[in-house]
Amino acid sequence: MATGPRRRETAMSVPATEHHDPAVAFESAKLGVWTFLATEVLLFGALFTAYTVFRMKYPEMFRVEHAKLDRVLGAVNTVVLITSSLMVVLGVDAIKRGKARLLEAYFGATILLAAVFLFVKYTEYAAKFHHGLYPRTNLFFSLYFMMTGLHGIHVLIGMGLLSYVIVLSRRGRLSASYSTPAEMSGLYWHFVDLVWIYLFPLLYLIG
Amino acid sequence: MEGVERPEAEGNGRGYLAERGWRSWAFTLDHKRVGAMYLWTTIFFFLVGGVFALLLRLELLSPQARYFSNHTYNVFFTLHGSMMIFLFIIPAIPSGLGNFFIPLQLGARDVAFPRLNLASYWVFAAGFLVVIGSLVAPMDTGWTFYTPYSAKSAAAVTTLSLGIFLLGMSSILTGLNFIVTIHKLRAPGMTWYRMPLFLWGMYATSIIQVIATPVVGVTFLLLAAERVFGVGFFDPSKGGDPVLFQHFFWFYSHPVVYVMILPAMGIVSEVIPVFSRKPIFGYKAIAWSSMAIALGGFLVWGHHMFTSGMSPLANTIFSLMTFFVAVPTAVKVFNWTATLYRGSITFEAPMLYALTFIFLFIVGGLTGPFLGALATNVQLHDTYFVVAHFHYTMMGGTVMGFFAGLHYWFPKMTGKMLNEKVARVAWALIFVGFNVTFFTMFIVGVRGMPRRYAEYLPKFQVENVVSTIGAAVLALGILVMCWNLFQGLRKGAPAPANPWRALSLEWRAASPPETENFHEIPVVTEGPYGYGTKKA
Repeated sequence: MATGPRRRETAMSVPATEHHDPAVAFESAKLGVWTFLATEVLLFGALFTAYTVFRMKYPEMFRVEHAKLDRVLGAVNTVVLITSSLMVVLGVDAIKRGKARLLEAYFGATILLAAVFLFVKYTEYAAKFHHGLYPRTNLFFSLYFMMTGLHGIHVLIGMGLLSYVIVLSRRGRLSASYSTPAEMSGLYWHFVDLVWIYLFPLLYLIG
Repeated sequence: MEGVERPEAEGNGRGYLAERGWRSWAFTLDHKRVGAMYLWTTIFFFLVGGVFALLLRLELLSPQARYFSNHTYNVFFTLHGSMMIFLFIIPAIPSGLGNFFIPLQLGARDVAFPRLNLASYWVFAAGFLVVIGSLVAPMDTGWTFYTPYSAKSAAAVTTLSLGIFLLGMSSILTGLNFIVTIHKLRAPGMTWYRMPLFLWGMYATSIIQVIATPVVGVTFLLLAAERVFGVGFFDPSKGGDPVLFQHFFWFYSHPVVYVMILPAMGIVSEVIPVFSRKPIFGYKAIAWSSMAIALGGFLVWGHHMFTSGMSPLANTIFSLMTFFVAVPTAVKVFNWTATLYRGSITFEAPMLYALTFIFLFIVGGLTGPFLGALATNVQLHDTYFVVAHFHYTMMGGTVMGFFAGLHYWFPKMTGKMLNEKVARVAWALIFVGFNVTFFTMFIVGVRGMPRRYAEYLPKFQVENVVSTIGAAVLALGILVMCWNLFQGLRKGAPAPANPWRALSLEWRAASPPETENFHEIPVVTEGPYGYGTKKA
């Protein structure tokens, strides 16, 4: 590493270091994202705790109120999100085989499915408001709106990340030997998907 | 292992400080500059928070509210607490000194994610700007923001909640960065058990930051939702539960006292062996006690809520767990004492502060079990005894540890030496002032004076006047210290690379270090505490 005179580093540049060792950089990114996902689990964890507390306290209210949610739309959205996760996996697989255009197509499909998800969510919210069901209506709908709302924000952030990966790929920055951004945003997307896998039965199905 | 690198050999001798202009700071990816920005910011808020403390002490000179209204007094103690906790104690050592010294002690050139590191500073800046913005309708809830009052108060709780959410985010990003850095960027030969104990402390701290902070983040979001959307999680009239807020709040805020104390303990573990010229006693015990504190600290939050109406069973379990978490803390104190035993001790300023840490922290630590035990807690809850205990651990502990680190690493960070005589005068003033201020609070607390009121019974006046005089001495000491630091920065004598003859890797870099830290990544062959054995 340190052969010959060193380039003078400035405060605004990342020093030429072991950071540029691709293996270390990849391992670091992976550990970083997993650690970040741990914080995300705790972020949603507080809401799941509130859900548990209030469900035990008011089982009757949960039984009555959950019936007001639209199970069909919830199920549709579940399928949409799981399919989008599949697209992400296929996209990561594509770039590992060096196929940048294919990656862009798969990630584009993911973003499209995410948009479908949010649109369905929007129609659900609109219907609830129409029937006078707001976050302040009762604890069940407080939980419903806070949990799905926070999840919706994560979907939006995920769409941003995936778009960024597409931009990187269009600029030719990704290849079979360097696919870290695609893999990391993929991990994040699976997490967003996973949260929904819990939200759907807890809110829509069990009474 | 080549000899000590000389700063003269480094060109202009300004190292990482060579570049000038605000852009070189605002867009820097250098962990040392990010650390320095955190230090400046946090020290600023420490002084502002201190001014609020002095105003409180001024008001408490007389039993009646004389200078400010009750509301103003409530605002002042809220601002004092919130600023000291969220803008000083939590970020000062981890984000300030930690940022600066983690890569240097690891033998790395930077943290794992330099851009994320810079981003965390700017998220922090956005956070404190929002917090300052909330001053249009200042908070009067105390730093604990308990519902239902905080959900109804006319103060800008929503704004402040969002500010603290941002501060929390910055804290998470920093912790995440440090975890990955310590895992992945250790120099060749730097095994876990060859790491300086400061790094173990920082590693344990980072774990708490990453796991606990999101919970308080979402709690503040829910509090904001309570106020904006009328969500009723914490509102009994909607079937919610205010105690749930307390659980969420303390699930973060108890572990976070270890975010405050563990890095300071790490600094003490560095300073004590250097100025005793002895290997640290019980390295592994100290290292693992940090981890034990971090993990055990997650299981004791309920001891803040003994009078909130939890079940007797929960109270008993939390009380018992609280005694367990005192054990690893005591392990550290015994090991430091054993390190001092028959050492060649010298009393430079860093050592004075480190010894002060041990002394004051023992007082703070031993008064903890009085509060952790159910029976005595019911008597002492929300009295000045709590205030005294808290300040003995946080100011007597963390802040003294921070000062120790500041004096210990000042030559490395700035390339200048401090005036040792002035530093000792400042230390003496701080030590005396601190004890006069806070020891009297134990006494009034036991006698039953409640905290958080602008007025009190006349029978407590003598102690309160004594305490205020102590606060003035303490403030004078801190002013002298700041003046000394400032003078050192301006015209201190040039510092050699290793003024304390210390063995950890940061002292092998120049003073101040070059941007790239080391010309060649050092190869580590032994632990950092071989004092009094061979060359050191």
